[in-house]
Amino acid sequence: MIYDAIVIGGGVMGCSTALHLARGGMHVAVVDRGPLCREASGVNAGTLTLHMTRAALVPYAMRAWQMWMDADKWLGMGVLATHVPGLTLAFTEAECELVELRAAARRAQGAPIEVITPERARQIEPGLHPGLLKAGYCEIDGFASAYLTGRAFGHALKRAGVDVIENAPVEAIDSGDAGHLVRFAGGAREPLRAKRVVLAGGVWIEPMLAWLGIDIPIKVLVNQLIVTERIRPVMRSVLSVANGLLSLKQFANGTVLIGGGWQGEGDRERGGVEARPHNLVGNMRLAAYAVPALAEARIARIWLGLEAETADALPIIGDVPGVANAYVIGSAHSGYTSGPFMGRILAQHILGQTPDLPLFEPARLVGLPMPGA
Amino acid sequence: MSPQATDVLVVGAGPAGARAALRAQACGLDVLLVDENHDAGGQVWRPIPPGFARASGSARSPEARDGDALRAELRRAGVRCLFGHKLWNVGTSLRADLIGPEGVVSWQPRALIVATGTTERVVPFPGWTLPGVIGLAAATILLKSQNMLPGHRTVVAGAGPLLLAVATGILKAGGEVAAVLDLASPGDWLRTLPLLASRPDLLWLGLQWQARLRAAGVPVLYRHGIRSVEAAGSGFEVRTQRVDASGQPIADATAPVFAAEAVTVGHGLVPGTDVTRLLRARHRYAVELGGWIADADAEGRTSVAGLYVAGDGAGIAGAAAAGAHGELAALACAHDLGRLDATTHARERDRLKSSWRQSARFGHAMAGLMALRDGAVAGIAPDTVVCRCEDVTRAEIDDAARDGARDMNQLKAWTRCGMGPCQGRSCGDVAGALLALHVGSREAAGCFTGRAPLRPVSLSEVAGEYTYADIPIPKAAPL
Repeated sequence: MIYDAIVIGGGVMGCSTALHLARGGMHVAVVDRGPLCREASGVNAGTLTLHMTRAALVPYAMRAWQMWMDADKWLGMGVLATHVPGLTLAFTEAECELVELRAAARRAQGAPIEVITPERARQIEPGLHPGLLKAGYCEIDGFASAYLTGRAFGHALKRAGVDVIENAPVEAIDSGDAGHLVRFAGGAREPLRAKRVVLAGGVWIEPMLAWLGIDIPIKVLVNQLIVTERIRPVMRSVLSVANGLLSLKQFANGTVLIGGGWQGEGDRERGGVEARPHNLVGNMRLAAYAVPALAEARIARIWLGLEAETADALPIIGDVPGVANAYVIGSAHSGYTSGPFMGRILAQHILGQTPDLPLFEPARLVGLPMPGA
Repeated sequence: MSPQATDVLVVGAGPAGARAALRAQACGLDVLLVDENHDAGGQVWRPIPPGFARASGSARSPEARDGDALRAELRRAGVRCLFGHKLWNVGTSLRADLIGPEGVVSWQPRALIVATGTTERVVPFPGWTLPGVIGLAAATILLKSQNMLPGHRTVVAGAGPLLLAVATGILKAGGEVAAVLDLASPGDWLRTLPLLASRPDLLWLGLQWQARLRAAGVPVLYRHGIRSVEAAGSGFEVRTQRVDASGQPIADATAPVFAAEAVTVGHGLVPGTDVTRLLRARHRYAVELGGWIADADAEGRTSVAGLYVAGDGAGIAGAAAAGAHGELAALACAHDLGRLDATTHARERDRLKSSWRQSARFGHAMAGLMALRDGAVAGIAPDTVVCRCEDVTRAEIDDAARDGARDMNQLKAWTRCGMGPCQGRSCGDVAGALLALHVGSREAAGCFTGRAPLRPVSLSEVAGEYTYADIPIPKAAPL
């Protein structure tokens, strides 16, 4: 049997690509070394915001935002996506400038962000610190419970007839005129044949591309996340700060999730290893500064998630250069937010349709050095 | 603030940890003993809380005597202790992050001995989350440290030696025991006799307890468990059920119903593996030792260099064996850190090992009685809450498994089982057993990945006093 496409990497982007390919009539398998959506796609902060999205990705994120809000319709099962307003906060003059600058750049890409007074910000979010000077405000914002993502996509994929092959690490792809042969680590399973392969392995797309002889560096960010116990309602919006290093929201169950990309220890080989105490302290201080009522909340759990970044910090979505019928998708900043839509446009491309919005040509990244490397 | 240095940091000042600290100090190591309680003793030799005094005229129990002796010995030896300090994080360098009255403090030991004891397991039944239904271990805390009754008339149920200890403790404190429900049969107890003979003192204590219950006319129902607890008037109606050897309920309309003001119930003890799981040590499942334990050698060396486990947290062998186990771990530390030559180490180790084997025989027999019974898990009704923090029922766990959750972390993500303030300590073992029914084994189901904080800590405790300028805000994310 030969699959029309095998997607390697069962995160949001891989799952969405596979689902849209299957709905386009292809016979598809998704292969993951672990369970579906148990890396970045299942452990991220679930922020569905435009305030932290790279300006160039705003049109993508806005379309994806709607897909998340409608997830129960196209996935058959939701991820508790919740529409609330978003505020990005400035506590210093320098941050006020940053808020203005960043709001303008995102507005130019279509994000309905305006800069508002602290009085108006407190009407939206009464629990804010009195030292607030200015805030960016966007009506389109919200959050999901990322940990439900694998369950929702698992349902949808199976119903669409996609073969979901979990806990099956791939070690190589042999590509030739006859298509691709996907080989599993240690020969633990029979190799699978496919006309097309899609590499959707998050931070692991760098070694995946190396299977095909392509060298594109992918940076690994090790993001720390913190969640509190259930507490009384203390906030009702998604909060971030001017420079993007805070994300804060309270779920319906009362828990508050604190993120923002403060870095922990870890790497591609070992995954997230441990939190850096001073970065925990920094992140917690920032959160409890923004919403003082958080000070008395107790932390229930701290974990780490890996995020991928290309040399130009824009996604890598499209044809693998020089290898026929091989595609790659990943490294979208705020990738969870944009993920479902990114998968859809790659599937459109593979199916020979015109994508709703342009892809992000992988070829541009060949030979492009990683800044600071 | 950079961490303070020490050779060995011992977590938990129960019999295993305290003896480990004493022994390590005697070997010339620089030691720090940490416990979240205000003094040493652990659960078995629990100290009386500050501001409380033993009731005048009441005799000190053997356990209180042992605890007082241990506390005196720690003070005599001048072991450096940090009581009232909560260990909330351990780094891969074994750096221990603590929170005490003075705020956050960190210590960097060369070796870490984890002696954190156990958590009580309750195999859930309808009503187990009602206020007034408490664990056997909780009842011993009330009785031992504050001479408090769980209620005037109490049903005592579950498995293992705590049943008798709690029931007689209640009688001694002036309470009434409505009934003792024991999953074991008299035959199960008799089979442990040859092992109990290694500890005539404890065997004698057990017989005294039995006699006391008989004298008080307390009904003791073997091969019985709780079917449900329902609020009735100001107390409870406790419905019982017969069970088979596996703990599986047997339909029997004649099983008695008891009225009580309190219920205390426990189905054995689960080794505390929070620290070793956080440090990604290798673990193994050993039902007869309480469940998942760090995979360690006889001296407590885990798969992580410098990380040792001791006492019941390393696999249940009882309080009497815990002390020797702690000393073994301390000796291994001293040897591994180059403070004890191989010959002395081998001699002392062999002596301790034989003493440990002697005491552990009794403890292992008790652990066997407390081991999780498959039938008891299989018999949990679908609408019974398993994860009480997040109200996750057995049916929801079964649904998630049928939906494709193949391991504990997936189960947690899909149901929130184990995400609440108990961090999975209350539900993890039973949830694992339920998932294993779907995936074939406890090993296949695995256990929750260890996460910081090891105990919930408040943001203000970690963040301390600060102004906005004190927040080390990283450079801006790309626009």
